[in-house]
Amino acid sequence: MKARAFSYFRPATITEALTVFAVAGGEASYIAGGQSLVPALALRLQAPERLVDIAHIDALRGISLEDGWLRLGALTRHVEAHDDPLIAAHAPLLALAAPHVAHPAIRNRGTLGGSVALADPASEFPAMMLAMGAEMEIAGTEGTRRVPADSFFLDLYQTALEPGELLVAFHIPAAGPEHRCAFDELARRRGDYAIVGCGTMLTMSGAETSSARIAFLAVGATPVRARAAEASLVGRRLDSETIRSAQAALAEDLDPPDDEQVPAAMRLHLARVLLGRLLGSLAEAA
Amino acid sequence: MTTLRPLSLMVNGETLTCFAEPRETLADLLRRGLELTGTHTGCEMGVCGACLVMLDGAPVHACLLFAVQAEGSAIETIEGLTAKTAIADLQCAFHDRNALQCGFCTPGMLVTAQALLARNPQPSRAEIRDALSGNYCRCTGYEAIVDAIETVARRRAAGEVAAAFAEEPA
Ligand SMILES: Cc1cc2nc3c(=O)[nH]c(=O)nc-3n(C[C@H](O)[C@H](O)[C@H](O)COP(=O)(O)OP(=O)(O)OC[C@H]3O[C@@H](n4cnc5c(N)ncnc54)[C@H](O)[C@@H]3O)c2cc1C
Ligand code: FES
Ligand code: FES
Repeated sequence: MKARAFSYFRPATITEALTVFAVAGGEASYIAGGQSLVPALALRLQAPERLVDIAHIDALRGISLEDGWLRLGALTRHVEAHDDPLIAAHAPLLALAAPHVAHPAIRNRGTLGGSVALADPASEFPAMMLAMGAEMEIAGTEGTRRVPADSFFLDLYQTALEPGELLVAFHIPAAGPEHRCAFDELARRRGDYAIVGCGTMLTMSGAETSSARIAFLAVGATPVRARAAEASLVGRRLDSETIRSAQAALAEDLDPPDDEQVPAAMRLHLARVLLGRLLGSLAEAA
Repeated sequence: MTTLRPLSLMVNGETLTCFAEPRETLADLLRRGLELTGTHTGCEMGVCGACLVMLDGAPVHACLLFAVQAEGSAIETIEGLTAKTAIADLQCAFHDRNALQCGFCTPGMLVTAQALLARNPQPSRAEIRDALSGNYCRCTGYEAIVDAIETVARRRAAGEVAAAFAEEPA
């Protein structure tokens, strides 16, 4: 299949992009890496009249660390999440998840902004933004605003982005030595979308967990935080009893859908297995 | 709305100016416009890996890129990599090990292999398999392909250069 005809614009600035989009009166799409949008256009699931290519806007690029926050431009590519030393040091969940996202050539083009704006519930990066407590910087014709990940993912493929708004950057509280992070997923083959995946970030004070953030992917319409499991870890040592109670708490956190291949009960079971492995590996690393 | 846009690209070392419809993928432009038919199109949705080319030195799917997006970039296709004998050793090893039958997947396999070895000169078999996770072969199975890539990694580590395997050394 081939895409329907469209006109193509390549703005150089955010303001220009917002204007070029607005003028199209709802018939435009932004394109970044195109790794989700191009197949959607080829299959004619979408047929915008105008494509606004944001890949050449410098203000959407860059990886920097300032005042305890890591700023990642929306155009940061999957391969950079895989390779960049600042990301490895301060947003390790992105680096741990990156090898599981698609295949090498797709990671060369795909951007974090595109993945998070699309908000596929089976995608790794949106769930990791939730696990890290990232804030999304968003630009619109009215100005810019920051939305925390906890209120960004609204429903299936629905985010706090209004039509025409641009995701500009992610602001991530920089992880340090007191944090312990782990990611894993269960997929039929490497690069396939996961049956279930999980990122876990614990803040340790001595042997005790002082705070925890746990986010799952592929368990519902949006990435999901496991708040009951998080609460069950806080103020306790990370031993096998604590891990079992966190696994049990997932029944309160997750309400996975039934599908033909993976019944809800099986997905909940796999989520528990995965959380057990992740917490077990963090306990061992202590 | 079939407006053609002028387009300037570097393809296999030559700067080209051509016209393309915005909806034309790079794969279609290469195959139809430029008659570089070594870039194959199978699924046209990023799954099979037959259409891989190098874009500014990194492998990307030519089916997942509109040609207009590549404006100003340097592209290398299997023809370009072959002409400069950069992958002659890989081609030779694929031939020797029967790592191809119909050859449909082979250009993509070679692009992936070349990029893998540039990044990781001595990959384990598991790393080779992982790198090939987005390349489908419907004929040979993957064992021979992994063998061929492993052989070349060993040869390159021993100092053998790709060009030495060219049929007519450059
Ligand atoms: C074969 C295959 C396998 C894949 N496997 C996985 C996988 O296992 N896990 C996974 O997570 N993903 C997977 N993907 C998807 C891939 O990660 C995409 O690259 C990513 O989801 C989108 O990033 P992009 O930059 O390519 O976005 P695009 O395709 O360019 O855009 C995606 C959407 O986001 C919008 N958008 C993009 N950037 C912005 C911005 N800055 N502000 C506002 N809106 C924006 C676009 O308008 C569009 O609607 C796979 C893709 C393919 C083809
Ligand atoms: S044709 Fe591009 S991946 Fe199949
Ligand atoms: S040799 Fe036929 S598809 Fe690989």
